[in-house]
Amino acid sequence: MSQKPLLELKSVSKNFGAVQALYKVDFRVFPGEVMALVGDNGAGKSTLIKGIAGIHTFNDGEVQFDGKPVSITSPRDSAALGIEVVYQDLALADNLDVVNNMFLGREKTTSFGTLDELSMESEALATLESLSVTTIRSVRQAVAGLSGGQRQAIAVAKAVMWNSKLVILDEPTAALGVAQTRQVLNLVRRLADRGLGVILISHNLHDVFEVADRVTVLRLGQDVGEHFVKETTQQKLVEAITAGELTHVPGMQEA
Amino acid sequence: MSNETETKQLKANAKPEEPTTFVAYIQRWFMRVRAGDLGSLPIILGLIVIAAIFGTLSEGIFFRERNFVNLLLQTSGVAAIAIGVVFVLLIAEIDLSVGFVSAVGGVIMTLLLRESHTDWPWWAAVGAALLAVLVIGLIHGIIITKASVPSFVVTLAGLLAWSGVVLILTTEFSTAGTIVIQDDIILGVANSYLPTNWSWIVFALIVAGYAIYELTQMNSMRQRNLASKPVSVIVAQVLSLAILAGATVWYANLDRGVPTSAVIVVIFAGIWTFVASRTKFGRYVYAVGGNPEAARRAGINVDGIRIACFMISSFMAGIGGIILASRLRSVDTNTGGNSLELNAIAAAVIGGTSLFGGTGKVTNAILGALIIASVDNGMGLMGWPSGVKFVVNGCVLLAAVLIDSISRRNRSASGLA
Ligand SMILES: Nc1ncnc2c1ncn2[C@@H]1O[C@H](COP(=O)(O)OP(=O)(O)OP(=O)(O)O)[C@@H](O)[C@H]1O
Ligand SMILES: [Mg+2]
Repeated sequence: MSQKPLLELKSVSKNFGAVQALYKVDFRVFPGEVMALVGDNGAGKSTLIKGIAGIHTFNDGEVQFDGKPVSITSPRDSAALGIEVVYQDLALADNLDVVNNMFLGREKTTSFGTLDELSMESEALATLESLSVTTIRSVRQAVAGLSGGQRQAIAVAKAVMWNSKLVILDEPTAALGVAQTRQVLNLVRRLADRGLGVILISHNLHDVFEVADRVTVLRLGQDVGEHFVKETTQQKLVEAITAGELTHVPGMQEA
Repeated sequence: MSNETETKQLKANAKPEEPTTFVAYIQRWFMRVRAGDLGSLPIILGLIVIAAIFGTLSEGIFFRERNFVNLLLQTSGVAAIAIGVVFVLLIAEIDLSVGFVSAVGGVIMTLLLRESHTDWPWWAAVGAALLAVLVIGLIHGIIITKASVPSFVVTLAGLLAWSGVVLILTTEFSTAGTIVIQDDIILGVANSYLPTNWSWIVFALIVAGYAIYELTQMNSMRQRNLASKPVSVIVAQVLSLAILAGATVWYANLDRGVPTSAVIVVIFAGIWTFVASRTKFGRYVYAVGGNPEAARRAGINVDGIRIACFMISSFMAGIGGIILASRLRSVDTNTGGNSLELNAIAAAVIGGTSLFGGTGKVTNAILGALIIASVDNGMGLMGWPSGVKFVVNGCVLLAAVLIDSISRRNRSASGLA
């Protein structure tokens, strides 16, 4: 792990009207590490990553990327920084094939302005190969015929293809069986081993202990601890998730 | 999983398993058909069955070269409209207004051509008519996307309103309700035929173009080490195209020749196939039909794509309207009627374009239109009453939709998409 965080959130807050979804959260990800983000339902995990992705903007606080303060106000801003998000519903077009999905919205064109299917196919194959995604028989088959794990792999491969530096995965294994969960977790690990920063949202602590380097616990919109996975236990994490100490009691106005 | 086994698996699987021999290719095709990926197979079988039935019933008149050329003429107008309908079906929408929008195009052109009044040159009249239908498509598209009204309702309103406009224009500008076309070029669209030598030149261009495209494609795929079709398959495909197109040209030339309108339809089919399969726009149309949310997150202007599809639908309706007007040499109060829009939508659906969006091919709409026209033509030869014609047309459409939904079920059962 290098010294400088790839992404650093300093005391960010976000409220939706009266609902304080995030309150003075500090959060960091280093390049080459998997940072898990855990917390109970409604703890603010999705809100946090939506702020990073530019879908919402934080009301307060500072965001630094690569050591520089940045302002992310739209998904385009985050994409320009090299931040890619794999949402839980993946959003793949079932009728398009693997290559077309991976390049959707960023198609390569020839000098005549027509689609350059051949370069796209080569590049898609190369990306899948570099991630050791081995279970996809043909990149020219429609995504509809793929299994949940294969679809997840496509969505991840799509995210890392654009020189991305930070990949965010929202519950990537929630709908998967044992074998496919294993494949996706292997893939997540490989992303970090390539030097990318990875944020992994998961309700499954077992997964967290398997691939994450560090873990941040959110409770009722506040961060109640950042731990090295090696130095903590599932027991302690469960305690933090359900009863971590809050600096600010929700429902109370600040003095 | 250890690194070593992973690497082994990678070597075994990373390259797509595309068939590399002729036999393997045929085997895969059979496998796909069995799994429900029927492609153009039902349409071609359907055409053979229809031809056999009407060939027998009419004691061979259906197969005469004269009737064959009539069939090409009858197919052209509906085929042009159906090509446009494919685009709205691809984005999982519908356009019920195409029949009367085509009539609006035909009427505007005809009015502008009148020698005693405006007397516009043919290209200006055609341009104005197409501009008008483009604006109609734009209006439909904007209402559907910006006000989030279902296209079914908006284009149904369009069907009513534009049929009224046709009625107003035709009665306003003529006493008898019929306006005759007074321009030789426009009359020639559906009443002239390619000279024999030209028909063969067009044939050669099409076949050679297809062969060159496939071969260069194969060549560059090999250079990049991607799996490509075997040469034998390409040869077989080029040969089938040559035989099919060659037979058409030869047989039509025994009578009057290949109708100009058929050539116009083939040219538009080529252009729109190119747009649908080789451009970003076409890719986005399929993406919007497959998963609008995925398209939106990919940064695609979903509303823009949808509006454009309604404009394409109206534009091709305009082209069809011009062809149909030319065929009748006039427009009248009935232009656009006779459930023209249903025939065009049926042609697209019979051609395998799904009503649920995301799948379909422009060229197959022509085959669908050919089926509709063949049934019509055969029933006309037999002199069947119009009640029977409607029932039969309904059954043909139902059969097509049933085949689509059954093959779709098999497809999803076998995971083919
Ligand atoms: N768009 C919104 N408008 C109003 N309130 C919102 C909005 N999005 C989230 N919230 C609220 O913010 C809080 C945090 O929600 P968030 O979705 O971030 O939780 P989460 O940690 O992702 O939960 P889960 O594990 O269930 O996905 C919740 O109280 C939620 O109701
Ligand atoms: Mg969430």
